[in-house]
Amino acid sequence: METRTKSMKQIILSGFKTNINQYAMFIALIVVWLIFQVLSGGEFITPRNLSNLLGQNVYIAILAVGMVLIMVAGHIDLSVGWLGGTAGAVAAMAWSGWHWNIWAAIALALSVGVLTGLWQGFWVAYRGVPAFIVTLGSFLMFHGFILLAVHNGQTVPVQSGIIYQFGSGFLPQLFLKGTVGKDVPFHDLSLMLGVLAIVLYWVFEFRSRGNRIKFGFDVLPWSLQLGKIVLVSILIAGVFAIQTFYVGMSYAFLFLILLALLFVFITTKTVFGRHIYAIGGNKEAAKLSGINIRSRTMWVFIIMGTLAAVAGLVFTGRMASASPAAGNLWELDTIAAVVVGGTSTLGGEGTIIGAIIGALFMGSLNNGMYLLNWDIQYQYIIKGVILTVAVWFDITSKKRR
Amino acid sequence: MSEFVFEMDNISKEFPGVKALDNVSFRVKKGEIHALVGENGAGKSTLMKVLSGVHPFGSYTGHIRVKGEEVQFRNIRDSEHHGIVVIYQELALVRLLNIMENLFLGNEVSKNGIINWNEAFIRTQKYLKEVGLDVSPETRLINLGVGQQQLVEIAKALSKNAEILVLDEPTAALNEEDSKNLLKILRELKSKGVTCIYISHKLEEVLEIADSITVLRDGHSIHSQGVQDDGGMTEEKMINFMVGRKLTSRFPRKEHKAGEVVMEVKNWTVYHPELVEKKVIDNVSFQIRKGEILGIAGLMGAGRTELFLSLFGKSYGREISGEIFIDGKKQTFHSPRDAIRAGFTYLSEDRKEKGLVLGMDILSNTTLSSLEKVSDHGVMETFDKQVVKAGVINYLKEVRITNHYVKQLQIKTPSIEQKVKNLSGGNQQKVVIGKWLMTEPKILVLDEPTRGIDVGAKFEIYNLMNELIDNGVSIVLISSELPEVLGMSDRVLVIHQGRITGDLPWQEATQEKCMYYATGGK
Repeated sequence: METRTKSMKQIILSGFKTNINQYAMFIALIVVWLIFQVLSGGEFITPRNLSNLLGQNVYIAILAVGMVLIMVAGHIDLSVGWLGGTAGAVAAMAWSGWHWNIWAAIALALSVGVLTGLWQGFWVAYRGVPAFIVTLGSFLMFHGFILLAVHNGQTVPVQSGIIYQFGSGFLPQLFLKGTVGKDVPFHDLSLMLGVLAIVLYWVFEFRSRGNRIKFGFDVLPWSLQLGKIVLVSILIAGVFAIQTFYVGMSYAFLFLILLALLFVFITTKTVFGRHIYAIGGNKEAAKLSGINIRSRTMWVFIIMGTLAAVAGLVFTGRMASASPAAGNLWELDTIAAVVVGGTSTLGGEGTIIGAIIGALFMGSLNNGMYLLNWDIQYQYIIKGVILTVAVWFDITSKKRR
Repeated sequence: MSEFVFEMDNISKEFPGVKALDNVSFRVKKGEIHALVGENGAGKSTLMKVLSGVHPFGSYTGHIRVKGEEVQFRNIRDSEHHGIVVIYQELALVRLLNIMENLFLGNEVSKNGIINWNEAFIRTQKYLKEVGLDVSPETRLINLGVGQQQLVEIAKALSKNAEILVLDEPTAALNEEDSKNLLKILRELKSKGVTCIYISHKLEEVLEIADSITVLRDGHSIHSQGVQDDGGMTEEKMINFMVGRKLTSRFPRKEHKAGEVVMEVKNWTVYHPELVEKKVIDNVSFQIRKGEILGIAGLMGAGRTELFLSLFGKSYGREISGEIFIDGKKQTFHSPRDAIRAGFTYLSEDRKEKGLVLGMDILSNTTLSSLEKVSDHGVMETFDKQVVKAGVINYLKEVRITNHYVKQLQIKTPSIEQKVKNLSGGNQQKVVIGKWLMTEPKILVLDEPTRGIDVGAKFEIYNLMNELIDNGVSIVLISSELPEVLGMSDRVLVIHQGRITGDLPWQEATQEKCMYYATGGK
């Protein structure tokens, strides 16, 4: 068995090489955080700021989850920004303008997303119009719709109710009473969820290791395996600690975690997910393998449309109002996040987790530069340069493999 | 001055973990056609990349002398300055540009950046004449056949004043006629003093054209001789040098007993996807029997691939008419999926473009067409059932089944998690075969199953075909290599211009007869 006689150094090196993109993303994220921490004089890495950071980017991360599917299948969706904004505005109008039942308002917003997905999927999958064009068309249409829905630069307030709670609310304390940091030291429910998450991760990791041994695949030696488990556990603990020691976990963030888990499952464990990767990897081969490309593509656009509406609802709730500017440049922020997160612009490659970390990375840049009071014009320039360099790095490191 | 136009001495080249070339020496005389043969992975391409500067000086060890002068190429331009031009198997032409634009691409006839099209036109005409291509320099490449494109590549090389022309598998995609024409052109070039390195798997052709032959095996130069020396070179001798062992026969023929009719096609007619009036397949009817290998012969462009692609869920053509019966039951295939479900599968001639998802691993490629079989909530008990539920993949089942096919097909890989783009041609082909076997086909169409793969792997695929027949699968073998069709088939159908012109049992099928029918003889 050749593999057994590999030296530790070789294993570490080859492991590092195959996973360099993932590690690089983490490292880049940590480096960016440290730079901002130094520049801001210690204001960046605080539970308060990081908790804000996570909250601010939930809607982009939700969009990124859908965009991974779209881009893995070899397409693009430029409409998600104005579509999301419009969906949020429609819900706000229905609830506070027309006094609909809140659930009906939410259902209306979601159906806007689903119908848009159907519309776009139809043109892309069944009529062969490039997704770039179809979604550019929707981009323009929904920019028009949102201006129609929210007149004259006014905003529609959404300051209570489920949409508001969903975007701005936090999980309740279970046993402790009072404000975190003042009356009580931490948020008990968030802490429990954090512990649960870590335990679940351990179970998953050990089971998957057991399976790999059973299948005769290479596994990490114990020392590295333990190192990985410790590192990831610290990471999970960190994410939960940020919220545990501030005001607790937000509903939106909890939703994002569940959504991400669902789509990790879909992309890695289901026939549907496998087909999407095959279509993006080689459309012709996928077709001749008996995959129904049209129906799969249609579903990907429906999922994206729905998630765009969800992101719009989260954003509306967080802002406590719908405005005609909601949705501006979301599509580009999302695509940047997804691409920085390792998804190929050519299709066939990309992960949900990578995209969410990408969203966090781009969000950290926004948050950090805002914290430092840098002018918006420089923020754009710097983001542009970093996006380009990050993708260049991703491409070259993939080539080396 | 030495008699050699170039000499490569003690060339060694390592890739991480692999010694691609080990102390290889390769010497070529001026004005000869020198064949370079060896199995895939023997180091032929690597050696040519060293010669042409793709692997620059410093990345290999050893010496190269061109016309007695020591050279150190840093890139392709350097080698082209010394008259060395390589034409690769995958043609490097821009299909949407015309011939003269392609000919001078990157090397335009220009002054101050402005192209002199008149001059370019005249020069192109001259080079086209040299390669015997009688078309306008303004013809776009998409309107040329593969053989003609090949000639454009050679014309392009001549426009660069090539003295040493390296051709990598030039006839792999050509039909008999185009191949003959190409060889003729090469002889003419030789008479004008052009030296030619000829890389090919087609040993018959090599014997026909080459003056000298060098055999590589596993990165070593094994043997080099003039074709006439030592009592003359033969195919058997070459194969022995290439594989280092004796193959009893190139084709492991086994007697099969054809059973009842599995599939019947009646009055199948297909129109060209773009040309309105053109029938690509014209009223074709035939039967496939259980337990037979049905060979399909014909020249390139006769409609062999088009016939079976159109049968395979209308994957080619327009206005398709005719009937398909499987086990006596009439079938309509609207998509490849329908065909696969009915037990009719088609392995494409182009495994990289149409067979594999190169970025995926062996596991995912193997199960791609039959994920229902490894999903827990998938339902596909009967072939009649039209609904396939999208399920959750059971990884354990998937791994077990993939391991089974890796073992059965002897796919050489460190792990089933290996991406297929990292496998050799032969192993890639086996992965595609595994994918189709997993669908448990009744009829397996193999379109050029051994194209571009080495002798050893070819033999394994032939054996596998026999094994499948024993298991009750019927095989359709489409091949441009007539000896392969004749060597393996139980029955041969010859196609000419979209019609079946010959139906011969193997005992009667000879090369001459097949060519007679393939060229439209009646």
